[in-house]
Amino acid sequence: MAKKKSRAIPEINASSMADIAFLLLIFFLVTTTIGADKGLNMLLPPKKDPTAPVDVNLKDKNVFKVIVNSRNQLLVEDEPMDVRILKEECKKFLSNNNADPTLSESPEKAVVSLKTDRGTDYKVYVKVLDELIAAYNELRAEKLGISVERYLQLDEKNPKEDELLKYAQKVYPRRLSEAEPTSVVK
Amino acid sequence: MAKFSKKSNANPTISTASLPDIIFILLFFFMVTTRMRDTSIMVQQRLPAATQLQEIEQKSLVSYIYVGKPKEPGQHGTEPRVQVDDVFIPTTGIPQFVELEKAKLPEAERAMIWMSLKVDNETKMGILNDVKLQLREANALKINYSSVRAGVAAAGM
Repeated sequence: MAKKKSRAIPEINASSMADIAFLLLIFFLVTTTIGADKGLNMLLPPKKDPTAPVDVNLKDKNVFKVIVNSRNQLLVEDEPMDVRILKEECKKFLSNNNADPTLSESPEKAVVSLKTDRGTDYKVYVKVLDELIAAYNELRAEKLGISVERYLQLDEKNPKEDELLKYAQKVYPRRLSEAEPTSVVK
Repeated sequence: MAKFSKKSNANPTISTASLPDIIFILLFFFMVTTRMRDTSIMVQQRLPAATQLQEIEQKSLVSYIYVGKPKEPGQHGTEPRVQVDDVFIPTTGIPQFVELEKAKLPEAERAMIWMSLKVDNETKMGILNDVKLQLREANALKINYSSVRAGVAAAGM
């Protein structure tokens, strides 16, 4: 019998596999997009029914009027305001519960009305909308005793979390409406 | 003293066998986290920043409307335009688009359609209000203003 030599284990050259994987990777990098489907959810008012009776009976103090003009200036409750304090003012308005006679009676009755002009920048509109939604979310999170980040992560599909969401939405219903836009374009 | 025995003079080769594995991991990561580009976007898209972002759970219910200045002003002008799928449409064409999108969905889910508005930062509200008015007309009331997460300083409150 032939003497056994210590033979080197043959290695398969795998370097081309890396090339193939790289090609696939580059193909996916080029043809796909990272899904960024996050944003501010809004519900538009339904189409106007001309036959429906007009039944708008809101007390003036229950309406928080926010107007943004074509120069991106903010007018809140007929007074100019800085966007940085809008959230606090809105929270104060919503959680008033009859304490201040000029503000809302209760969170359920309170309505936030946002009106923009045709010349308003979209960026400013989103900023204002974000602040108003933040006011609602912070109040809801406060009610549930959790952080805002945690509140935003609550999942409707989880029955326990859904219950929390429903509760928060009942205490602070989001009645954020958008008025018909004016058309002053400069 | 220990003796250092000199081994063979051949160049040691670094094993690259694990390289494909690493690339495959990257590849799988991209395959899972991304989705295919279905439209080529012909308008500027610099999305606004916001903090109160919410995700739409069911991706199949989402249709996209892109609004912004055309990327090729020579061909399409400089005014903001509305793009759906691969074409520019006038705002009055939106109800028809919504109907087409609804027709793609199973009957039970048609009322639950989400319209994702991908609007460029510099757009004025005028065109957006026209779009919203048309969406109301088409009874597609659930909308999402697509935006990116604002800086940590703003989100941290």
